[in-house]
Amino acid sequence: MSLKKFVLGVVGAAVLAAPFTTAAPAMAEDTLYLPKLVYRTGPFAPGGIPTANGAADYWAMINERDGGVGGARVIHEECEFGYNTDRGVECYERTKGNHNGALIYQPYSTGVTYALADRTRTDKIPLMTMGYGRADAGIGTAFPWVFPLMTNYWGQGTGIMKYIAKQEGGLDSVKDKTIALVYLDIAYGKESLPIFRTMSEKFGFKLKEYPVTFPGIEQKATWLQVRRARPDYIVMWGWGAMNASAIKEAANIRFDMSKFIGNWWAGAEQDTIPAGAAAEGYKSATFANAGFDYPVIKDIMKHVYKGDADAASEKNIGQVLYNRSVLTQVFIHAGILKAQEKFGVKAINGEQLRWGLENIKMDAAMNEKMGIGGMGPEISPTCADHVGGGGFFIQQWKDGKFEVVSDVLTPMDDLVLPAMQEAADKYLKDKGLEPVSCN
Amino acid sequence: MFYREAGQFKSSYKEDQAIFPILQDRVGIAAILLFAYIAIPFVMSDYLIGAIMTPFLILALAAIGLNILTGYAGQISLGTGAFMAVGAFSAYKFATFSIMLGGAEATLPLVVTILLAGVVTAIVGIMFGIPSLRIKGFYLAVATLAAQFFIEWLLVKVGWFTNYSPSGVITAPPLVILGFEFNTPAEKYLFTLTFVAAMALLAKNLVRSHIGRGWMAIRDMDIAAEIIGFRPLQTKLSAFAVSSFFCGVAGALWAFVHLGTVEPEAFGINRSFAILFMVIIGGMGSILGSFIGAAFITLLPIFLNNVPPLIGWNIGVDMIAHLEFMIFGVLIIFFLIVEPHGLARLWTIGKEKLRSWPFPY
Repeated sequence: MSLKKFVLGVVGAAVLAAPFTTAAPAMAEDTLYLPKLVYRTGPFAPGGIPTANGAADYWAMINERDGGVGGARVIHEECEFGYNTDRGVECYERTKGNHNGALIYQPYSTGVTYALADRTRTDKIPLMTMGYGRADAGIGTAFPWVFPLMTNYWGQGTGIMKYIAKQEGGLDSVKDKTIALVYLDIAYGKESLPIFRTMSEKFGFKLKEYPVTFPGIEQKATWLQVRRARPDYIVMWGWGAMNASAIKEAANIRFDMSKFIGNWWAGAEQDTIPAGAAAEGYKSATFANAGFDYPVIKDIMKHVYKGDADAASEKNIGQVLYNRSVLTQVFIHAGILKAQEKFGVKAINGEQLRWGLENIKMDAAMNEKMGIGGMGPEISPTCADHVGGGGFFIQQWKDGKFEVVSDVLTPMDDLVLPAMQEAADKYLKDKGLEPVSCN
Repeated sequence: MFYREAGQFKSSYKEDQAIFPILQDRVGIAAILLFAYIAIPFVMSDYLIGAIMTPFLILALAAIGLNILTGYAGQISLGTGAFMAVGAFSAYKFATFSIMLGGAEATLPLVVTILLAGVVTAIVGIMFGIPSLRIKGFYLAVATLAAQFFIEWLLVKVGWFTNYSPSGVITAPPLVILGFEFNTPAEKYLFTLTFVAAMALLAKNLVRSHIGRGWMAIRDMDIAAEIIGFRPLQTKLSAFAVSSFFCGVAGALWAFVHLGTVEPEAFGINRSFAILFMVIIGGMGSILGSFIGAAFITLLPIFLNNVPPLIGWNIGVDMIAHLEFMIFGVLIIFFLIVEPHGLARLWTIGKEKLRSWPFPY
């Protein structure tokens, strides 16, 4: 090796090492840094793309329309992790210190949520897991930095049960019915099991459990069993490629689609459109309604796409998952406004945002003001209660679009809350942590 | 000129059998250790230490484990992920077992918990190694693949392993040794580094010993090895045991130190393949190769992912991810063509060149 080559090698090594060093933060204007972990690639990309687009478009619209939030420009930055927990953690560590510190994370992945629960506690950054993640995280004293908002999976299970009971004419009528629970056999899907078992004991219906092996593309064997069991209702806890296959298989066994109810991650255009005509009549839960008739969606159309409907629909605008992501951003937006008002600074930090999110009151008037009137439920979380009430709807796929077919469904708190408290207590004990005080 | 051992005389067997018989190597390894122990924790950012160096070290440990089995003993295994899972979940069981006995204070010391997890994994590894006495090569790979799927399924299916956690995700207890809590990324990194350094030294000594020679004899020709006196049963099963022990410890570290929580899917078939590729690309039958391979497989994708934003190339994150896959794939093929014996071989060639430098021969 010549000396020249050696010198070149050293220079090369320095160049290779450069991307690992973090850039120095620029200190000039007031900014709010909102990094977003996204998965536009990988097995769950069909769900990851609309959720990523919704967030990106919402903040672009806010910067364009209002020049930011309360005078501070929003920096929205994506980090791709492909639904891979290790890479999600890497993305979190990579972005958390940029631009004077990240304000909040929303991974849209149960695995990453679990992994970040501890890290966000140390780093004092809120973790928004609206409609997914740890079911017990609604206990704010045990998980001060995690915000599931709305209801969690257990609450959703009981809400779906209420809907079924209503169809049958009351909770007494579900006795001796058979309900099949078809779930994706990973952490996410398994979260549904305890609450359905409890309800089965309490209300006397027969529960049949059908795990679907990850990623759930091949389900023939499962559905043969379902056919044999002749369930009165099927509830599905699915995600990604599994959903469309399940809908097709259910149609193959001639199951009445109006009695096939997915949870809110199993009810989007990405699930029903690939299933084609088979999906007609399929129902699912949802907490953010699809459609374009909401001021916030119209504003995105106007400010981001300048009225170009083709470009916008290519970015999934108005779809279930897109609107859900927008709704989540609106709640974050409200939390930022609340925190700015209380602390009197434009560029708030993660701790202040936590206070903000614990004090938002998203009632009908506030929802109207934020442009989401009628799009989602009303919630008001507190320091101890990170769920904040709220509820969801059942929507049905009819003629190529989702229509809401139920009133607001609320969880059975008498069943859900004790189970959450118990799980949260166990978490604190395992970790050797003390619950935080809310006074 | 830089690397000449002329004049370094050995006057005892002990000196002659040292791991690093040459002064330059000793200085080099001391410098690397000093760098790893002092420079990295103090100089590097939390991101580099916590999100890159720590997982790299843990996966390097798993790669050493597989390298013992595949590189030294010649038994192909696709069950590495499952063995890591066994390590993680048994460490969790040991840790929470003591919590059940009394309060959150773990009665079993942390280090003992992790090592015991390694022992449990070694026992499981021996069980799944039994077929290796009868079948070889690709057929053995398929048998270990069964271990991968069976263990993953078992951990999901049986609630006892996760203490009946509703989602099947376990939450690791805090890392406390003698009242000191390992909390910051730098502390966790030092904890991992100590484990990895000690176990790499153990592995290096094992492969130079009677046991390691047995493994290599079996690898090179099992019938000949049997004739010269190595018993295939003990030799093969000891390779499975030691390999699984390493993988188990790596799995426990992954769950306890790196993620702090783990679900069985974190140790799926993809993890097994990734570690096998680390061994193949780094160099079969080389401890150094395990580190180089782990660096290649874990650091390169993250590096590629960081490049476009850094040079101000504003393309979508999805495009960056696609580019990352393409370049990474091309590089794997490139290195397999130019250096089929693994990247560790490059270092061996480099040493030869340095020895004769500045002369070309």
